[in-house]
Amino acid sequence: MNRYTVAVLVRNQFGVLNRVTSMFRRRQFNISALTVSETETSELSRITVIFSGEETNKQQLINQLYKLPDVVSIQEFNADNSISCELLLIKMKNDTATRGEILSAADAFGAVTVDYSKDSLMLRLADSSRRIDDFINLMRDYTILEICRTGSISLEKGSTTIRQIINL
Amino acid sequence: MRPAHHPLSEKGVRDMLLSGADILVRTLIEQGCDTVFGYPGGQILNVYDSLYKYQSEIRHVLTAHEQGAAHAADGYARTTGKVGVVISTSGPGATNLVTGIATAYLDSIPLVAICGNVPTGQIGSDSFQEIDITGITLPITKHNYFVSSVEDLADTIREAFSLASSGRPGPVLIDVPKDVQIMQCEYTPAPPAQPQPPCAAKQVRIEEAARHINEAKRPYVYFGGGVITAGAQQETLALAETIDAPIGCSFMGLSGVPTEHPRFLGMQGMHGHYASSMAMHHADLIISLGVRFNDRVTGNRAKFATGAKIIHIDVDGSELGKTVTEVCSLRGDVKLTLQKLLELVQQNEKPEWAKQVEEFRAQEKASLDMREGMTPRNIICALNRHLLENTAVCTDVGQHQMWAAQNAVFRKPRRFVSSGGLGTMGFGLGAAIGAAFGTKERSVLITGDGSFGMCLNELATAVTNGVPVVILIMNNGVLGMVRQWQTLFFDKHYSNTTLNRKTDFAALAHAFGAEGCAVSTPQQLEQALSEAFCCNGPYVIDCAIDKDEFVLPMLPPGGSMDDIIVKVGD
Repeated sequence: MNRYTVAVLVRNQFGVLNRVTSMFRRRQFNISALTVSETETSELSRITVIFSGEETNKQQLINQLYKLPDVVSIQEFNADNSISCELLLIKMKNDTATRGEILSAADAFGAVTVDYSKDSLMLRLADSSRRIDDFINLMRDYTILEICRTGSISLEKGSTTIRQIINL
Repeated sequence: MRPAHHPLSEKGVRDMLLSGADILVRTLIEQGCDTVFGYPGGQILNVYDSLYKYQSEIRHVLTAHEQGAAHAADGYARTTGKVGVVISTSGPGATNLVTGIATAYLDSIPLVAICGNVPTGQIGSDSFQEIDITGITLPITKHNYFVSSVEDLADTIREAFSLASSGRPGPVLIDVPKDVQIMQCEYTPAPPAQPQPPCAAKQVRIEEAARHINEAKRPYVYFGGGVITAGAQQETLALAETIDAPIGCSFMGLSGVPTEHPRFLGMQGMHGHYASSMAMHHADLIISLGVRFNDRVTGNRAKFATGAKIIHIDVDGSELGKTVTEVCSLRGDVKLTLQKLLELVQQNEKPEWAKQVEEFRAQEKASLDMREGMTPRNIICALNRHLLENTAVCTDVGQHQMWAAQNAVFRKPRRFVSSGGLGTMGFGLGAAIGAAFGTKERSVLITGDGSFGMCLNELATAVTNGVPVVILIMNNGVLGMVRQWQTLFFDKHYSNTTLNRKTDFAALAHAFGAEGCAVSTPQQLEQALSEAFCCNGPYVIDCAIDKDEFVLPMLPPGGSMDDIIVKVGD
């Protein structure tokens, strides 16, 4: 099993996310992270999907995705050729015993305190998925109240863009 | 681009304010559609009112059930190569299309399905006869549309026609809410939408393929439905002639080249011809054209054609390398790619290979079922004597389908109409009606008593419309194909495959207003066929056969050529 990060540039229409994710379901891929947003033009949306599977199945999936009329182009990323980033919001229990350690850890990771109350504090961290994993693992020593992560987004290094990729 | 006699041109109608329903019907006419199949209902009433208005320009065939309408549109598309159109209402009307749409999807048949739906304001409120048909048909259509504005309607239909017939064809569904049918907007006629222009595979790949072909000692041409879709019959035959190769086909390829062509060995696969299966097994190069190497063809993929290199040409890139390992994959239109390939392949004779293939043929001939009487083979052969070049032979699904595939004689492409991919029992009668409209000739339905029980309501459609269909029921009183598997693989536990019905099919035909008779001897069959092929409407021949006839040869599921069953002991 390999882990893949794929960006799918699609026409920005209702139901398009369903069409794309349905293809993953039909080929029995489990999506581990998914982000969707508008792009530099409102006519196009970008879906970034992280999933695990076999190489041949992944290629078959990409081939099938290209057959959807709403799909404009597809780009696959690896760590060498791309920059990836994920956003974390984490709500911690706030008490005098642990507050100092939590805030120094946050400081070390570059997480920002975005909400603070007597009983809780919320931290925000934008970083690679691995660094976010590490930070969450560190926080497990204290009391985590709630976690929300966005799933990774990726762009290729250099001046090439996904829109320059020609179908197959 | 429109012919001068086009009614819109004559009336000089341009940019006029029309209702969505009128726009829908006029766009169908504009797209060259002259026959649609369907069934009315509440949320599609406006469209039916427009069909009434434009009945001199477009014919609507009312079926007994929406599924029959979908299969009829499919049969029409298969025999004409045009886009078939089916219309239904919302809710159950739309869900009744699902099996028909899936059948077309699996066999790559161009179909446009149009459904009504509740008004846009009521969508999502579980209104009466509301169903999310675009959601339901997502995995069985090339694409589908929910039309939320009347301004989008005409262009959506045009896009659907283009998409359905482009590249690898397939069904497209358009969901039209009632208020969109009522609302008005300007309608500007447009020429028929064209499919995306086909293109050949990359030249470098064609050259690579030519090198493999020129080196091959035992080449084998294996084609499928893609050759029929691309209209590549002549090129396929020319390739085989040039390189002195035998030809075989997948089930979906049947009728793609004439059955009696000297190079043609027959169908491949689970119930394929012995000679073609052996030739494929012993080939050193398999040139595959418009096929998808379905499990019914390959059997055990690990043991499939281990001694051969595979060249694969298909218009759908996702089929290349999907199930088998290919030495050379070419994505492109089969016809155009073959034309370029033909310029590069060397003409030569391969007498040793030809001799070996002749031996396979001889072995097949020796193992043929030569019994006299009402054997499946004799029945199909009796039918063959009545078939004209243009007769479409349609089937349902089961043993009769395989007997037809093995023994029916086709002289022209698009004259075998059968559900290959989905294997839809109940496909046949609707499809045969559509095929009769498509060919403007009498069609033939070969069916079984099981399958016929699933679609016989469409007898009413055939009678009402005076559609000449010869319906040959190979009646063994059992679900024969399942029974065959139970005999071979389930210790003869005939669980729920013995029908034990008391249906008198001849009387049933009469009750529907059709002709019909029962036969049990070759003489009676011949007499019945002679009458049936003169009849102006549907004619049902209830043909009794033994319940333990087998479809042979048989490659057991997941097996290889070593496991082929050619004879079943008592």
